[in-house]
Amino acid sequence: MAKGFRPGLVSANDLITGAVIYLASDDSWVARPEDADLITDEARAATRLAHIEAQPGRAVGAYIAPAEPGASGPRPAHIREHFRASGPSAPARASWGENHA
Amino acid sequence: MLDGHDYLTRRVEEFRTQVARRIDGSLTEEEFRPLRLMNGLYLQLHAYMLRVALPYGSLRPDQLRALAEISERWDRGYGHFTTRQNIQFNWPRLVDVPDMLARLAEVGLHAIQTSGNTIRNVTADPFAGAGAGEVADPRPVAELIRLWSTDHPEFQFLPRKFKIAVTGAPEDRAITAANDIGVRIVEKDGERGYRVLAGGGLGRTPFVGQVLRDFLPEADLLPYLEAVLGSYNLAGRRDNKYKARIKITLQEQGLAAFTAEVERRFAALRPSFSGADRQVLAELRTRFAAPGFAARSTATFDEARTADPVFRAWADINLRAHQRADHAIAIISLKPVGGVPGDASAAQMRVVADLAERFGHGDIRAGLDQNLILPHVHRADLPALHAGLREAGLATANAGLGTDIVACPGLDYCSLATARSIPVAQEIARRIEDIAAETGPLNIRISGCINACGHHHLGDIGILGLEKAGAESYQVTLGGRPGTDMAIGRRTGPGFGADEIVPAIDRAVRASLALRLPGETFAETLARTGPDPFVAALYEETSDAV
Ligand code: HEM
Ligand code: SF4
Repeated sequence: MAKGFRPGLVSANDLITGAVIYLASDDSWVARPEDADLITDEARAATRLAHIEAQPGRAVGAYIAPAEPGASGPRPAHIREHFRASGPSAPARASWGENHA
Repeated sequence: MLDGHDYLTRRVEEFRTQVARRIDGSLTEEEFRPLRLMNGLYLQLHAYMLRVALPYGSLRPDQLRALAEISERWDRGYGHFTTRQNIQFNWPRLVDVPDMLARLAEVGLHAIQTSGNTIRNVTADPFAGAGAGEVADPRPVAELIRLWSTDHPEFQFLPRKFKIAVTGAPEDRAITAANDIGVRIVEKDGERGYRVLAGGGLGRTPFVGQVLRDFLPEADLLPYLEAVLGSYNLAGRRDNKYKARIKITLQEQGLAAFTAEVERRFAALRPSFSGADRQVLAELRTRFAAPGFAARSTATFDEARTADPVFRAWADINLRAHQRADHAIAIISLKPVGGVPGDASAAQMRVVADLAERFGHGDIRAGLDQNLILPHVHRADLPALHAGLREAGLATANAGLGTDIVACPGLDYCSLATARSIPVAQEIARRIEDIAAETGPLNIRISGCINACGHHHLGDIGILGLEKAGAESYQVTLGGRPGTDMAIGRRTGPGFGADEIVPAIDRAVRASLALRLPGETFAETLARTGPDPFVAALYEETSDAV
């Protein structure tokens, strides 16, 4: 792994809905980070991003979103990514404490 | 006219073509982004966001109904009212936005210049034409500025966004000193004119606006504004977006040098304004004439206020003095305790539209604190208005209290955010609800990043959400004030973690009750004691705060 590279998922917003999407290993876009392809080396990250840029019709603003391995697949490794994955906490949430779990 | 249906329809159809070309791949995102932003369409964390301007906060019932319909047909059935008299839809799909804009155009609304380095939606005192003690109604002036600035060819690519606010009242409810230009209508020796402020703003470098001209004769407004914009357009820093606002230009050049340049330009420009602008202003004044007020007994108000404690609480807290003693300005709180500040459902928007028609001369205002306002309600109609609001969950009696919290979307929606603000607002409101009425006026404001959309610098208590070592961290400021004598709050010390901030604010508010003298507001107590006892309360249980 290149020094300083932070593992992550190729993530973007869907062109039509704006929804958060992640790139899976079979090149499909998926909604959950758990189903996405965790990239751990910089060279592969560059190839994957270049691949996405060649097809601008689906995803907007692709970048490497920090993530780490989890029990059921990759999970977000930054607070912003946590909220991108989970959606707004506010309307649905029941209590303040819950969000800190 | 610039909000004419034909003009807006043309703009919508142009955007429809652009959207289609983006979707079929003929436009890249790089090419499309500025086009969508010109139409108020942002891309946020989880979705697009469409920002619609509500010029100087004025809304007619048919417009509010159209907003309700738009939220149901193409969004998730609600809208978010902001601190700049805009409404934001948080979940539109790209393909639907042209239809949303077309529906807006039918009622004369649009999203033009709600983004980009242009002159943004002109804001004004939400009590315009109604507030007791007003020198003059600011709406004709705000409308004149809007007509002049919309699509102004010279000012579409300014160094940075540009915000103008207008007030006609001694009590500055339009926060003019926090705008790039603030216009205050004043009177001098029986003559009406303007005090023009510039260089106010919050964000990472907050400044109170400075007076450029203490008294500008009425006839000189547009040439003078054009001179200010022209000077800024040339001198504003285009090399660094953090230094590009006029507030920095003014700091770098100094007030005297900047003013001299403005006056030089003004002298050159003045002759080219022949007076057509004054004629337009005169016509606008008739358009914004007061509605036909009826003289009726206010007995039903007095009876209801005596008989019904719930009505009484609402009336005492949510009403403001009208120019006529038999009328009142009614604030419709969009801050139910535990709710999302500024959100209104489609059903609620329709109820407000109906009630405005029945009791409010069809006049609705969006405030600068994420509430709605009916500016002209006869006192006799207030009990029925209250009953109607109550059925729709819109009768929270907390206007101006600690639970009436201003909060930006923060990390729940905003792609620039560094921390959440909405859940903090919700939880503070729950925590202090029991003492909110007893505490009296208290202004709590929360922003989810340094951009300060929640105006946190202007709160009695301001909260700024930042990210620190991968976690949310909240900085507190005390002693901010939004009004005529606007003041920027001072930082109290280290930030609080997400699980510490709510108890800390709760302690500070409770401390104010112990500290205050009879009749004092939170702000008055703070001014008398200084920050120390409040800081002690804030940090009481977090001595290990970092
Ligand atoms: C969610 C999308 C939003 C984005 C991307 C956004 C972005 C920004 C940025 C970058 C600034 C700072 C500009 C500067 O200092 O040069 C700003 C200022 C501001 N925003 Fe927002 N904002 C958003 C939503 C809102 C909302 C929801 C409100 C009202 C609740 C709001 C009200 C304001 C106000 C009043 C300012 C001026 C603050 C000042 O005086 O400096 N914005 N916004
Ligand atoms: S203050 Fe920051 S987080 Fe809040 S809306 Fe503005 S840009 Fe977004």
